[in-house]
Amino acid sequence: MEEFGAVAAAVLSVWFTLVFTLILMPSMFGVSLGISEIYMKILVKTLEVTPGGKKPNPGLCLYFEGIIQRDETTMEEIAGLRRVNFELSDIFYFCKKGYEAIVEDEVTQRFSSEELVSWNLLTRTNVNFHYISLRLTIVWGIGVLVRYCLLLPLRIALAAIGILSMIVGTTLVGQLPSIKNWLSELVHLTCSRILVRALSGTIYYHNKENKPQKGGICVANHTSPIDVIILTNDGCYAMVGQAHGGLMGVIQRATVKACPHVWFERSEMKDRHLVTKRCDGHLWANASTCINNTSVMMFKKGSFEIGGTIYPVAIKYDPQFGDAFWNSSKYSIVSYLLRIMTSWAIVCHVWYLPPVTREEGEDAVHFADRVKSSIALRGGLTELPWDGGLKRAKVKSTLKEEQQKNYSKMIVRNGSAESLSAGTESD
Amino acid sequence: MGSRASTLLRDEEIEEIKKETGFSHSQITRLYSRFTSLDKGENGTLSREDFQRIPELAINPLGDRIINAFFSEGEDQVNFRGFMRTLAHFRPIEDNEKSKDQNGPEPLNSRSNKLHFAFRLYDLDKDDKISRDELLQVLRMMVGVNISDEQLGSIADRTIQEADQDGDSAISFTEFVKVLEKVDVEQKMSIRFLH
Repeated sequence: MEEFGAVAAAVLSVWFTLVFTLILMPSMFGVSLGISEIYMKILVKTLEVTPGGKKPNPGLCLYFEGIIQRDETTMEEIAGLRRVNFELSDIFYFCKKGYEAIVEDEVTQRFSSEELVSWNLLTRTNVNFHYISLRLTIVWGIGVLVRYCLLLPLRIALAAIGILSMIVGTTLVGQLPSIKNWLSELVHLTCSRILVRALSGTIYYHNKENKPQKGGICVANHTSPIDVIILTNDGCYAMVGQAHGGLMGVIQRATVKACPHVWFERSEMKDRHLVTKRCDGHLWANASTCINNTSVMMFKKGSFEIGGTIYPVAIKYDPQFGDAFWNSSKYSIVSYLLRIMTSWAIVCHVWYLPPVTREEGEDAVHFADRVKSSIALRGGLTELPWDGGLKRAKVKSTLKEEQQKNYSKMIVRNGSAESLSAGTESD
Repeated sequence: MGSRASTLLRDEEIEEIKKETGFSHSQITRLYSRFTSLDKGENGTLSREDFQRIPELAINPLGDRIINAFFSEGEDQVNFRGFMRTLAHFRPIEDNEKSKDQNGPEPLNSRSNKLHFAFRLYDLDKDDKISRDELLQVLRMMVGVNISDEQLGSIADRTIQEADQDGDSAISFTEFVKVLEKVDVEQKMSIRFLH
């Protein structure tokens, strides 16, 4: 028994030394040893050569292209100029729209996880898991072993180290008033690098020349809490975002001591004013609602009212290696992180877009739309007019009223005395 | 990750649904995946609330009636079979279906079944007649608060007068069909399902 203990201790110490020299030290100085690059290469190769992994295979292949082709004809087009009367067939329009939404709707589609065209050897992405071939099953089995026995413990250790040093580090830095900025940046950078490694994250930064400058506002699309780490990996930001509870809450409360982050309750509009007051001179990132990597929803226009230079940033995850979408109403942060850590890797592209400023006479909403489109265009994301808030809250009744109003206009000419003809027609 | 076995669709079931609705194998599996994603209770059936959670449907003026069509009298759950049966009304009519032999039952997506489906959206009490009240209810749903009771009443009266042939001040299914004689129901009541 003692011998076993000694061996275990030796293995552990070797393991920790390796982790320290190969991962933690490089993180501190911001250098890469190229291990993750090699890992990624092996991964790409494996997924390529595995039969069924790449090749679309009915029953296995998940559908990306959708179920139906929508009819985009508007109500006005259908009615045309031919009439201003009600007809019994008018319900066909709403009816068709309604059933189309039942079969496939843009919003709920975006909030559930993005579906893959090919299987990436993770059980969770293969809903109709069928036996395909012995070879594929063996590869999948090895994958499970590697992911759960090798990668998971390493990642959990790294994440624990990262999160702990983030909390301890920022709290300590918070106590020192004088050299705060420089130190806080170091802590943030180091910890986020450790955390990115904990997720086997490979991040590609594009157009670095457009990297946000001090004093500007950086706006990014937002898929999950790891966006924050990914952005911080390349520079320190003061964040503005939704306050969370649990583990996220602990981290948020700690970091706020070192860096002027602002965390607000989604429902507390009061804080929005606080945000505008505090942001002077700081660089901060604003997040739109978590959405699953295929689209950009309406940005909260708060940050666009202030003016100043906006640096749009587009973040797009590669779903091939793991799904980074956090459905916060379904999974807690811990189970979400577990899902991520048992995936292959997180591969993500970050595009720094040219800075934009508000044009003269342009209102905040329009400006926000413009920034949103530029992000959507770059990230290859679809643009959605829906407010991200739809995800949880009931749909605003105004959207319904608008349709009713439009329809009313069609069947009654300027609210005219249509009724006059009604009585005489039967004569 | 857990076992997905309970949510899998058996081949026999797919065959039966295929026969009943005319959907293809891959259409059925895709719609099944949609069905399960709507099924938040994860019990294999959908409730009215499950449908109401679709934002686009929630803003549809006729949303409630559309949802209602999935549920048979007194039921508050619909299973995948029923879900598919309702959706089958919206399958486009394919060329080879038009000339089909008359022996089998009429397909759910025939012109007459599409019309009957639309008729039932109006006919809430299922007495095979659209009464003035029933028509008014649907009208009110579509126009909201934008048109006065008086005006809406006269629209309803005129619609009934134009359709009514037997003088009972209501619209029967036969009369309904007659009014929509020239309407391209096949196109307007069809959704382009991908193959």
